[in-house]
Amino acid sequence: MKILTGNDLASGDVIWWAGDGWSRQVSDAADVGTHGDELARAEEAALRVVGAYVIDATLDEDGVRPAHIKDRIRAFGPTVRPDLVEQPTEADIGKWVI
Amino acid sequence: MVEFLSFRDGESAQEPAVTVESFTGQSNATAVRIEPGEDARELLPHLDRISLIEVNFPGFGDGRGYSAARIVREAGYTGELRAVGDVLVDQIVAMRRCGFDSFHPAKALDDAAVDRALNRYDDVYQKAIDGRVPIWAKRHPETQNG
Amino acid sequence: MYRYDSYDQAIVDARVEEFRDQTQRRLSGALTEDQFKPLRLMNGLYLQLHAYMLRVAIPYGTLSAKQMRKLGEIAGKYDKGYGHFTTRQNLQYNWIKLADAPDILAELATVEMHAIQTSGNCIRNISSDQYAGVSADEVADPRPWAELLRQWSSFHPEFTYLPRKFKIAVIASDDDRAAMRLHDIGLKLVEPDGVVGAEVYAGGGMGRTPMVAPLIRDFVAEDEIISYLEACLRVYNRYGRRDNKYKARIKILVHEIGVEEYRRQVEEEFAHMRELGLNPPTQELARIRTFFAAPAYESGLSDEIDRSNPAFALWVDRQVAAHKVPGYAIVNISLKPIDGIPGDASAEQIALAADLAEAYSFDELRVTHAQNLVLPHVKKADLYTIWQKLVAAGLAEANLDLITDIIACPGLDYCALANARSIPLAQKIAARFADAERQADLGELKLKISGCINACGHHHAGHIGILGVDRKGVENFQLLLGGSGAEDASLGQITGPGFSEDGVVDAIEKVTDIYLAERENGERFLDTYRRIGMKPFKEAIYG
Repeated sequence: MKILTGNDLASGDVIWWAGDGWSRQVSDAADVGTHGDELARAEEAALRVVGAYVIDATLDEDGVRPAHIKDRIRAFGPTVRPDLVEQPTEADIGKWVI
Repeated sequence: MVEFLSFRDGESAQEPAVTVESFTGQSNATAVRIEPGEDARELLPHLDRISLIEVNFPGFGDGRGYSAARIVREAGYTGELRAVGDVLVDQIVAMRRCGFDSFHPAKALDDAAVDRALNRYDDVYQKAIDGRVPIWAKRHPETQNG
Repeated sequence: MYRYDSYDQAIVDARVEEFRDQTQRRLSGALTEDQFKPLRLMNGLYLQLHAYMLRVAIPYGTLSAKQMRKLGEIAGKYDKGYGHFTTRQNLQYNWIKLADAPDILAELATVEMHAIQTSGNCIRNISSDQYAGVSADEVADPRPWAELLRQWSSFHPEFTYLPRKFKIAVIASDDDRAAMRLHDIGLKLVEPDGVVGAEVYAGGGMGRTPMVAPLIRDFVAEDEIISYLEACLRVYNRYGRRDNKYKARIKILVHEIGVEEYRRQVEEEFAHMRELGLNPPTQELARIRTFFAAPAYESGLSDEIDRSNPAFALWVDRQVAAHKVPGYAIVNISLKPIDGIPGDASAEQIALAADLAEAYSFDELRVTHAQNLVLPHVKKADLYTIWQKLVAAGLAEANLDLITDIIACPGLDYCALANARSIPLAQKIAARFADAERQADLGELKLKISGCINACGHHHAGHIGILGVDRKGVENFQLLLGGSGAEDASLGQITGPGFSEDGVVDAIEKVTDIYLAERENGERFLDTYRRIGMKPFKEAIYG
């Protein structure tokens, strides 16, 4: 699937397009199909996101998983500060990121 | 919005500027345009017949034009020195300091923003072309007698 | 410590308001991101992986207790309770909200600090020796020169849109603690005939094409240093490459046209510029120098240290350096606890360092390019008390310049440019070599990790260097040996094919085993490497 991510303009938080708005949880990310770039431009113009870009991701029983490690770290938070992570989970998070 | 900005007394030069190459190859032109990468020093033997030097900034991030401006001013050029191209409001102050006295930006500037920028900093750390007294000289007025 | 006068303060205050205006224009939509980006970068505000990151300048690495306390307060109030000390004597906050950035700058301005030119293609924070003013072997305190350059470079009208960023370091000792020759311009103060001036090195740097800067002039007098640097920068601004950002640093220009030709052009420009009245009068450097006068040291203090506590004695041997005044010492505070993050300090740790500086170090602190802190003027009689407080705060690691004193960039855990994570690797290496006796036996061994080719972790200059790369979406690490950022500057050589994270830790262990087997009478790792060459190490790693 294709998903859209970026940072909230004012706060800088990592955000994911959830179909009808932005979420801070990658698990809410919606498939944007071929509309990602168009959505990114519109949302940037509306001052809701900065640096928006489309990435590949997979969807399985554990949820949405970005294809590239960089985006998985964006979704998770710094792997060296588990106390600060954005996405609480029971799964073996180390494996999820790597 | 302001399309053209001049800090000179009187009319601005109207003659179209020619390239450095064609300028140095002919004797009657009085306006010349320097592109990034061209050597401003090629103009120095001819400064007394130039009334307008345009310095082009195709992109705001290419800062070669600042050096070009200072070089001609340091050589005593007193004619119009015009920044053209991708000239942004946040760069006007530095350009003024390097000796530019007119501006023809590709995109018009907001008058109020230009005013704010020009009046933002009361003092400067360096001696440049604009005659502003640097902070180090104000701190040591006893050293500045002639 | 330099103190702002009304001129300095007015400039920093005006910068805060200018950035507040720019930020409001961005938040209101008057500026697009493309327009705003160069403006925010010129003020040290990046958009990183997780959030905005603000880089605050610590000019020449010197801080007052009050400034340090403010850095800690900001970490607690606007960030997630910590900050990261970088390899260029800056502090980075990782979790900044754009709307808060102007307020943070306003708070910094109240303690005479700023983020001016901590990014962008301009002259960056001027770095210096963390032992400036307190080491016995320096020609003069380099910081007045650095402050003179800070002011000169701030909002320089001609040199704000250079081909690429421009980093300057100033030192004054034969021992180079600031990686001076790996800077775009390095100044080393010298005193050949009883007059202090500067040797000038140009064209050093790391990144993807590392170079050690050659000497371009053996003496520039203090009353001509500004016009000389203007000449150096003008030649670079006019002729540095702008067609490829990876070839735009001054090192490429100096390399491509040659040292002789670069020197010739600079001399020609200097002959012109020295006549333009660009140099402040000597009274200005003298004025700045008064701020760096030695504090009121007590005389007649004992040099005795009670070493009856073995852990304390170990810490003293490792972390305490000689001070030029009898009875005093320089204390290095390690920001490299074995399971920690190199260079990170919590708001509480920053506050403690400020308290210690206030109580025991004449109000003064330094930060080092190796991402540690320094209390520069400590009575030897106070060392034990300080150590106890550091132990309680988790800051008493005794590993200065040892294998676990690792320089590491933030890497892929934080940085949008990174290809691999630096910090987890640093932690694995530190864990492997945690044993204190083992570290001490290995002796001075500078290990430096960068998470990408930009080399913020100085991997080229590590006795052992590691470069993280992306191999088809998987982190991979190249190993380098033989680099140095010190007075014997050299560039490390890649051993061969890269490794996984665990693989590189094993490889390092093999490298250190070879060193232990081959070293002769008191050689450091680097000395042994230079004597026996790459081959035995390579055989051990890949053989």
